[in-house]
Amino acid sequence: MKPNNNESSLIIIKPSKGWIPINFKEIWNYREILYFLTKRDIKVRYSQTILGGLWAIIQPLFFMLIFSLFFGKLAKMPSDGIAYPVFVYAGLVPWTYFANAVSASSNSLVGNVNLITKIYFPRIIIPASAALSGILDFFIAILLLGIMMIFFNVFPNINILLFPLLIFLTFLCAIGVGLWLSALNVKYRDIRYTVPFLIQIWLFLSPVIYPSSMIGNKNRWIMAFNPMAGVLEAYKACLLGHMPVDWKMLLISTIIIFVILIGGLFYFRKMEKYFADII
Amino acid sequence: MNDIVIKINNISKKYKLGQRQPYKTIRESIANLIKKPVNRISSIPYQKNDLPQEIWALKDVSLDICKGDVVGIIGRNGAGKSTLLKILARITQPTEGIIELKGRVGSLLEVGTGFHPELTGHENIYLYGAILGMNRLEITRKFKEIVEFSELQDFIETPVKRYSSGMYMRLAFAVAAHLEPEILLVDEVLAVGDAAFQKKCLGKMDEVSKGGRTVLFVSHNMSSIQRLCNSAVLLEKGKIISVGKPSEVTELYLSKGATSKLEWKRETSANANAFFKRIYIKNIDGKISEYVTTTDALCIVLEFLINKHSENLQLSVGLLDRMGDIIFSTSPSDLKLKIPDSKGLYHAEVRFPKEILLPTTYGIRAVLWHPNFGIYDANEELRFLVQETDSYITQTPLGRSGKIAMYCDWNIQREG
Repeated sequence: MKPNNNESSLIIIKPSKGWIPINFKEIWNYREILYFLTKRDIKVRYSQTILGGLWAIIQPLFFMLIFSLFFGKLAKMPSDGIAYPVFVYAGLVPWTYFANAVSASSNSLVGNVNLITKIYFPRIIIPASAALSGILDFFIAILLLGIMMIFFNVFPNINILLFPLLIFLTFLCAIGVGLWLSALNVKYRDIRYTVPFLIQIWLFLSPVIYPSSMIGNKNRWIMAFNPMAGVLEAYKACLLGHMPVDWKMLLISTIIIFVILIGGLFYFRKMEKYFADII
Repeated sequence: MNDIVIKINNISKKYKLGQRQPYKTIRESIANLIKKPVNRISSIPYQKNDLPQEIWALKDVSLDICKGDVVGIIGRNGAGKSTLLKILARITQPTEGIIELKGRVGSLLEVGTGFHPELTGHENIYLYGAILGMNRLEITRKFKEIVEFSELQDFIETPVKRYSSGMYMRLAFAVAAHLEPEILLVDEVLAVGDAAFQKKCLGKMDEVSKGGRTVLFVSHNMSSIQRLCNSAVLLEKGKIISVGKPSEVTELYLSKGATSKLEWKRETSANANAFFKRIYIKNIDGKISEYVTTTDALCIVLEFLINKHSENLQLSVGLLDRMGDIIFSTSPSDLKLKIPDSKGLYHAEVRFPKEILLPTTYGIRAVLWHPNFGIYDANEELRFLVQETDSYITQTPLGRSGKIAMYCDWNIQREG
């Protein structure tokens, strides 16, 4: 479809059956739609708001304050020897990105009915751009973490090099879950109501408010079957430098993320052809 | 020039009826469970059970289109025109068959799709351009030209939510018109904008086709099909029933509209006090019309038989919309005309004002009734699709809303 197609390029249209391989070349050809849709989502989010990009900080900031008060001060939640506000904020920032990305991509197909019923391009771009557009918020929110770390005298160590990889894993996890939920949402609008609920429960199952060491160092690898658990623990280890990275947990979570993602890709691909008909 | 660029081979598309319905929630499914038995008990026929579970929007359609052809696709609503374009645009998959396309396909299935109201005209040009398959360089190169074409230079940095719908469509079409596909799919987009702008758009389509590119053009407007296309395809109930010269195919289409629905005759006799024998729509020559246009003054002829002497018999005729809802009704008693009491065969004619029909489907309801005894005979057999012809009705940008048109007096003056 791009100009690099020469005139003799042949498009075959026929009914597809069963599991369809993922056409990465085609997705690459349409990468500019991904770019413009992501840009659109970012621009639109804060247009006609007074605080604009500050909203990216406000959400995790307020959770941090509330959690610090109730869990840190009152419940005396352990925090691996780090000041609780820093500890919880370091988990809240990636969690907020993940939660927003999952909910945005789950609703993305349903929110772009016009595009789906009128124009052809690989549908996967829609949930992908929805998951991607929150990344700017993530970087804005992480700035506040830097300030807090200076204030509380917490410094990262060499493991900080892992940080970009962790962002990528978070994105993959969000898009993996988002692919499943967005495709299901086209068929069953119950998903729309399930997602906020699911995310809330997931938060409490993840080591954001509490450290995974709480359940004992011996058994905490079991927690990593929640893919965000291993990733969140690694975030804290690499950003705060207070403990070594738990490679076992990270590995288990990474494997789970890829299982969800690959399954999601195939499921999405299988359902894709029905989107325009049933949405 | 005989290169085949679109080879359509036995394409069929099946829709399950459920698929076309809006999405379901669990709550609705439960509600349905409750409704079904209630409907049965109250002996309201539960229609869904009577309907076929699936419909073929297209059935075994085969067609070869050569490079440089401008092909008009016509047919009634539901004939499968849009489905065919959607399959060619790869928005939906065929159920059976195979299509080979050579070259880049651009579709204008609905202009303005992908516009975001919060973004400025400028940003939307890039977004929409990308969605249509242009890359950034290409859009940047054509940006000035697009803005000029849209005549929106002064508003290009304004969010499009502040645009009027006309401006919106103009910008959208300007972007779409600068797409340079080898195969262009167009679905009734020419009805946008004011007359001058429409002319520009037609010019652009002409240019596209002169440049040796292939255009598939779906429209209800027979005059633009005749003007723009070098061949035409008539679809009916998902099948191709005619391919050929635009003038011949459109003529066939227009006459098709007539035979089935513009005349109704009673085959068997009835034993009511009064009943209709024949109802038809008459043209200027006094013959049965072959089609109805937006400029026509609709003339309906009613032949009815009075079996039994009946005082105070009433006759009325209503115009129905395509859903069968009555838009207005008229009756001879409006003019203090009385229906004769005595037995016999009668001929009544009613003429609607001219230029009130929109290019859509209407029906006619004719009723013979009595204020005390109720309805003797009611008939809703006549149904027709009004053909678009040049008149004030079809000149409104973006079409006209409402069920009928009324030509009204206007007066606009500057105050002070």
